[in-house]
Amino acid sequence: MTTFTSVADSRGHFGPFGGRFVPETIIPALDDLAEHYEKAKADPAFQKELDYHLREYVGRETPLTFAEKMTNELGGPKIYLKREDLAHTGAHKINNTVGQILLAQRMGKPRIIAETGAGQHGVATATVCAKFGYPCVVYMGSEDVKRQSLNVFRMRLLGAEVRPVESGTRTLKDATNEAMRDWVTNVRDTHYIIGSVVGPHPFPSMVRDFQSVIGKETRAQVLTKEGRLPDAVIACVGGGSNAMGMFYPFAGDETVRLIGVEAAGEGVDTERHASTLGMGRLGVLHGAASYVLQDEFGQIAEAHSVSAGLDYPGVGPEHSSFKERGRAEYAAVTDADALDAFGWVARSEGIIPALETAHAFAHLRRIAPTMSPQQVVVVCLSGRGDKDVDAVAQRLAMLNG
Amino acid sequence: MSQDRPLFVVRQAADAGETTLSRIANRFAALQAKNEKALVAFVTAGDPHPERTAEAVAALMDGGADIVELGIPFSDPLADGPTIQASSHRALLSGMTPPKVLEVVRQVRASGREAVPLVLMGAWNPVLQYGLERFAKDAVAAGADGAILTDLSPDEAGEWKRAADAAGFDTIFLLAPTSTAARMALVGKMASGFVYCVSRTGVTGAQSDVPDELPALIEAIRGRADGTPVCVGFGVGDPEQVAAISRYADGVVVGSVLVDLLHRERDNPRVLSLVQDFVASLKAATRGAAPL
Repeated sequence: MTTFTSVADSRGHFGPFGGRFVPETIIPALDDLAEHYEKAKADPAFQKELDYHLREYVGRETPLTFAEKMTNELGGPKIYLKREDLAHTGAHKINNTVGQILLAQRMGKPRIIAETGAGQHGVATATVCAKFGYPCVVYMGSEDVKRQSLNVFRMRLLGAEVRPVESGTRTLKDATNEAMRDWVTNVRDTHYIIGSVVGPHPFPSMVRDFQSVIGKETRAQVLTKEGRLPDAVIACVGGGSNAMGMFYPFAGDETVRLIGVEAAGEGVDTERHASTLGMGRLGVLHGAASYVLQDEFGQIAEAHSVSAGLDYPGVGPEHSSFKERGRAEYAAVTDADALDAFGWVARSEGIIPALETAHAFAHLRRIAPTMSPQQVVVVCLSGRGDKDVDAVAQRLAMLNG
Repeated sequence: MSQDRPLFVVRQAADAGETTLSRIANRFAALQAKNEKALVAFVTAGDPHPERTAEAVAALMDGGADIVELGIPFSDPLADGPTIQASSHRALLSGMTPPKVLEVVRQVRASGREAVPLVLMGAWNPVLQYGLERFAKDAVAAGADGAILTDLSPDEAGEWKRAADAAGFDTIFLLAPTSTAARMALVGKMASGFVYCVSRTGVTGAQSDVPDELPALIEAIRGRADGTPVCVGFGVGDPEQVAAISRYADGVVVGSVLVDLLHRERDNPRVLSLVQDFVASLKAATRGAAPL
C-alpha cells in the first residue's frame, strides 16, 4: 500500500485544482514569492526564527485539552480539543501571519495588505504588522464590518487601516477581490498576506505549511497522551486553513479520518449556504481552480453563513483534491445547529468557541454517538468566540422574541 | 518553429478554400499602409442594457474604432477598477450572459458591420463553464474574432489555445510593466491578433498621464512579440494620451471613459452620437503619428 501524499506540481496544481489564474501584472510577484518561500523553507535559520516567534510571541505549542464532560455526555469516543483559541489573538490565523511577515521581511516588501472575513485574519495581520513595524491595510466587506465590530476595533487599535468594501455581497469574497486589486496596483512594494489556503500558487501550499504546525503538534500530543493516533480529526472549513493545517500532517496516516465541516447556512437545499465542497463544482475564483459555488454561466454565487469566516463561495484547492481523491470527507452544518453548539461548548467545557468552530462541534455531536469509547477524536478549536457574542446575543433575542 | 506561429493567424476562408488573414491581422495591415494606429474601443455587453449594446457597438464602429472589445461581465473581476466593476454589476443585474453576448455580436454583424474586428474580453470562469471548444466555435460563428481573458495567463492557457486555434479564434494575452523578458517571450509565442500591453501596474480606469516607462516597455515587448502587433490599454482616456501612445504602440485601447460616457448619458436621446463623436476624436489622434 502506498502512502497518501499531496504535493502541488511546480505550477501549483493539485491534479485539476490550484494553479494561477490572475492578472499578468502579479505573476512575476508570485514567481518571486514562490522562489523566496522555497529558499526560506530550506533555510534552517528561517525555521529557527519562525519557531522562536511561534513559541515566544504566539505562545505555542497550544494545549491538547481532554474534553471530559463532552466525552461523558456523548458517550462515544474520547474527545480532545486542539486549543488554537489559546494562540495569541485568539485563533489559528496568527500561525500564518507570523510566517508571512518574516517572508515579507526577506523579500524587502515594506507594505502589507490583507483581506478578512470574520476579522480574525485581519487582527492576526494587524498584530504582526504592529510587532514588526509595517504599515497595514485590511480589506473587509462592509457587511462583515457590521457583524464583527469588535475585531474592526481591535485592528484599528493595532494601527491598521480597515477599508470597508462596498462592492458585490460586501463579504469575504469582495474583500478578497479588493485586496487583489490593491496588490495588482501596488505589487512592487506590497506583500499580500492571504489568510487561507486559497488564491494563486504558492499561497495554498505556503499557508498550509505555516498552518501545519497545528497538525504536527496534535499528532505528537495524541501519541504522548494516548499512545496511538486519533481515529478522526474534525475541523471547520471556510477557505480551509485550520482544517488543512490539522489534516496535512495526518494525510499519510490512512487510519485517521479527516472530516471537514462546511457551513450549511439555512440549509444546503436552499440558496443560502456556504457548502462549497458539498454543492459547488469546478471553477476558478480568486486565482485558483477549485470547487466554487456558481450559477450555470460561471458567475460566482452569494454564499451565506451566520459565521463570517465561513461565508465564502470558494475553498482551498487542496481540499478539493482531498475530496476528489477520497482522502477527506466533508459535511455541512446549519446556522441553527452551529448556534446551538456554540452554547453547548460554552456550558460543557467552559470555552466559548468562534461561530466558525461551533460548526465543527455541531458535527461532532452528530457523529460521536456512532463511535465507540475505545476511539479518539480531535476537534480543532480554531478560535475563541468573544468576537461573536454580540451577534449571537442578537440572534438569540430574535429567536426568543 | 516559425511555421507553427506565423506573423498573423491565417484562417481558411469558408467559401473559396483560399487562405486569408484574420480580420484582426487584416486591419493592422491596412492601418500600417495608411500610417495609422489602431483605436481599440471597449464597452461592457449589457450596460446600459442588453438590447442597446449592439447599437453602442455600432456607434463605436461608425465613429472609427478599428477594433471593438466587448466585455463579458463577471461577478468578481480582479483586473477592473471601479468604473468597469460597476458596469459589469449593472450588466449582470440586467440579465447579461455569455450566450447573450454572442447574440450582440450576431446583431452587430447582421447590421452589415462586417469589417471591424470584434474581440470578447472577460474573465476565465464564464468561458470555462461554457466549455472551451464550444465557446470558441460559437464565438467565431457569431462573428467574433478573438478573446482577451484577463485572468488566464499563457501558463494556464494550453487547452484554451488549442481550442481557439482549432476554431480560428485569436488568443490575445496581456503583458504588464512587471513582466520579465521570459514572460514576454512566452506571450509572444502564444498570442495571436495582438498583444495587450497593460500600461501601468493597476486595474482598469482612466488616468491623466502616460507612464514614463511605457516606451521602453513597448520596445521590450516588440522585440519578443514575433511580429504580433502591440496595443496599449489601462488608464487611457483622452485624445492627447491616444496621440502620445500612438507614437510607440500599434494600437491604443480606450475603455472606462467610454463605459462612463454611455452610463452617464444613458437617458440622453443623443447618447449614441455623443459616443460616436468622442470615438472619432480619439481615432483622429491615431492618424499620422510618426514612429520615433
